Amino acid sequence: MTAELVRGQNHPLDRTRVEIRIAAGGPVVAGVTLADERGGLAGAEAVAHPGAPRRDGVEVPRQAAAEHRIAVDLDALPAAVHRVSVLLALPVGIGGPAVFGAAAAPFVAVTGLDGTELASYTLVDLDAETAVVAVELYRRQGAWKVRAIGQGYAGGLAALLQDQGLPQATGTGLASEIQEAVRSGHARSVPVPTASPGASSSRHPAASPGPAASPGPAAPPGPAAPPGPAAPRDPAAPSDPTAPSDSAASSDPAVPPISAASPGPVDYRHPKRRTSPPQPRQGAPAAPSPTPATPAPAPASPPASTPTAAPPGEARPAGPVAGDAAGRTPEERLYNQVWGMFEDLSRTVAAYRSAMDFAQSRLAKELDAVNADPRNRMGAAAEAARAAAHDKHARLAAQAREVLDRDLAQLTAEAEVVEPALPPAFAAWSSPVWQGYRPPEEYPTAVRLGDLRLPECPDLRIPMLVRLPMNRGLWIDSGRPETFTGAETADGAFGSAFDLDGLEGLDGLGGGPDGTEPLDAAEVRRRAVDTAVTLAARLLAAHPVGELTVHVIDPAGSAAPALAPLLETGALREPPATGAQGVTAVLGELTRRVDLVQMAVRNQAAEALPPDLDTAEQLLIVHDFPHGFDDRAVNQLRYLADEGPSVGVHLLMVADRSEAREYGPVLDPLWRSLLRVTPVPDAHLADPWVGHAWTYEPSRVPDGSRVLRKVLGDLAEARRSQGHSRTRER
Amino acid sequence: MSVNLSKGQGISLAKSDGGTLTAVRMGLGWRSAPRRGLFGSRTREIDLDASAVLFADKQPMDVVFFQHLISDDGSVRHTGDNVVGGAGQGGDDEAILVDLSRVPVHIDQIVFTVNSFTGQTFAEVQDAFCRLVDETTGQELARYTLTGGGDYTAQIMSKVHRSGSGWQMTAIGEPSEGRTFKDVVPAILPYL
Repeated sequence: MTAELVRGQNHPLDRTRVEIRIAAGGPVVAGVTLADERGGLAGAEAVAHPGAPRRDGVEVPRQAAAEHRIAVDLDALPAAVHRVSVLLALPVGIGGPAVFGAAAAPFVAVTGLDGTELASYTLVDLDAETAVVAVELYRRQGAWKVRAIGQGYAGGLAALLQDQGLPQATGTGLASEIQEAVRSGHARSVPVPTASPGASSSRHPAASPGPAASPGPAAPPGPAAPPGPAAPRDPAAPSDPTAPSDSAASSDPAVPPISAASPGPVDYRHPKRRTSPPQPRQGAPAAPSPTPATPAPAPASPPASTPTAAPPGEARPAGPVAGDAAGRTPEERLYNQVWGMFEDLSRTVAAYRSAMDFAQSRLAKELDAVNADPRNRMGAAAEAARAAAHDKHARLAAQAREVLDRDLAQLTAEAEVVEPALPPAFAAWSSPVWQGYRPPEEYPTAVRLGDLRLPECPDLRIPMLVRLPMNRGLWIDSGRPETFTGAETADGAFGSAFDLDGLEGLDGLGGGPDGTEPLDAAEVRRRAVDTAVTLAARLLAAHPVGELTVHVIDPAGSAAPALAPLLETGALREPPATGAQGVTAVLGELTRRVDLVQMAVRNQAAEALPPDLDTAEQLLIVHDFPHGFDDRAVNQLRYLADEGPSVGVHLLMVADRSEAREYGPVLDPLWRSLLRVTPVPDAHLADPWVGHAWTYEPSRVPDGSRVLRKVLGDLAEARRSQGHSRTRER
Repeated sequence: MSVNLSKGQGISLAKSDGGTLTAVRMGLGWRSAPRRGLFGSRTREIDLDASAVLFADKQPMDVVFFQHLISDDGSVRHTGDNVVGGAGQGGDDEAILVDLSRVPVHIDQIVFTVNSFTGQTFAEVQDAFCRLVDETTGQELARYTLTGGGDYTAQIMSKVHRSGSGWQMTAIGEPSEGRTFKDVVPAILPYL
């Protein structure tokens, strides 16, 4: 399974003999720098380049080409080498694009010797750069990992090498030596045809592996691709008429031809979703943007007059790319992208439903009109009118379906690219990213609660990501599915609070588990506890070690089997509280904490908190509410639900609402203040834009998978190695 | 270049190169009320509102206005309410963007209206105009000068409607009365 990396993301390598495959939209020079532990280069000898292609453990091609393979034997590298950076540069003086932005986004894959892809990365967002550090392989605690870098340099190779740690003179000298070597190598090789004039400004689709690769002109680099210089694929080719609409963004009529007068074209497919603003890159501001209109003053510099050189920022890859959204960090970008997909899906389905409703009502009206006149009801004219009405209905329905299918294809292709790129906190439990899980160093921004889907497209599932820290608690409904159809009023789903990122419970709009046999009450209960445990494990995994403390109240001890993984791996500091006494003790402690922290915040006196106070975020799992709860405990629980989230105390209730009926309406505010999720698929969550009822399904660990134990084990390991020192520091 | 349209005049939105229009913007601009001396905050502000009503077969299906900034299907977007106006230099103070390629298949007409929410008539507002712009090229397709438009508080500006496989625009330019689009909808119906 390939990990499709976004900028900054890393991925462990499970072998030391690897090949780095590069595919670019025109001829590029490939090289490698070998840095030591502190990131320094020992000198020009630490660079493998076309002039000196062979270094210990690594060999790079001698020529500029659109496709490269670089063999790396990590074991054969000198022991001092801790980082291998793969760099790409545009050759000078042999044709081809003048800047990276003028050609297709380069694609880099790390593969095994047998061609299995381990990780890949598409360098989007390049424009005026002429040299770029694509990826780096680095040693971390004895193991090798790959990280997507994508750092470009408008100053070219010299600037890149200098930034890598070579002195200025050495860097400049080496850069010209490399270009010289490429030119002499080029003289011996087959000439590379320049891209045809009149090429449109659109980049051809970024090559992306897997089924998401668009069937357009850009073929994904296959194992059969010749390593020699390949002809740049022609971006000017008229878009394939058979290409489905998911790759049609580049052939969108909204994109006008380049003209000096008009600003960049506007892609209206996703009006709110733009590629992220260009990130500041070293040397980038000084970049002269090539002007296609200016005739080249000297024939010695053909790249400057290459007609494909587009104004920066004009070109965009057409295929979906993970992380294609605004945001400061890769995680943020993926979060925004997922929410963008969520919004697009709701709106596209809204358009479809609206069209279908309209078609239906128009049909009814037209049929009524025909039937209204008793004299005409039977005649041939009436028959024809009825047929015409049905015909109109069918035509509109077909049109609506066509548009829906077009949009769904686009979103499905995007989901196929995005899902594998998600970091653990956002990923499904079946994602391979968990196999390389390591506890994060930073606080999480969001976490995946489950999946959302609509009946129009049951196969397209949108990850339900919610911001952390959550501004309200969670309630996992362990009630029987039948009780879901209670008659409570929808709690303001359409107008009020857009809290929790707008996800709003739709009480009373229960659908029951769709398509499956209704589960018996005991099974639902069991799944509810499992869901709680999986969620707690995910929250633990998303937080840095020691920054989330989990408490469990299980008055009757009935959740013990499900809680075993948390207990055995030490994720719970104390065993679950049982009995009325246990309930009182845990609630009392958390209530005191909320009160103290609130006081400290109000008076801005954090240092006045007692030293024994745990400053980590707190998660309280309450199982089997309201058993074992007296009035006082119920009040404390309500206090925690209301006041806790703002001071880092979060509630995760597993409860059947009908069992708390004896409390009457006094508990309604408590239920309303929690986000209700269900252990079985159930259509009860409304989106914030149009209020569709989305079917929620919790993230489940695949049957037979040991990933949960593995992750909790990794956490326990990390706690042992660093947890102690951290708590002692406080 | 501004095309001052007369009532009922139609413009095909097919472009000279054969492509059809894919995105239009309705812009609305006016000059804020003159400040009242020392206590400027007590100036009675002028609030004009741009709205777009989406019709399917003469039934209003959706409306984009200051309380519903994006149509449910996402094809029509209002950039946000401006309640005081601008400098009166010709810039848009409110704008509605329409992505014609994403308009649902059953919507066949989109009507743009202007209302004076604070109740001043167009005779009292300075430098008020509304216009329709081809968003892909920035070319102005139609412009109405509202100022001096008489004792009215609303104007049904124009409509874009399907014709064949593309879209066409027809100027309406009918003065009307009302604080919001709701008051104007009955007056729109004859023009559909």
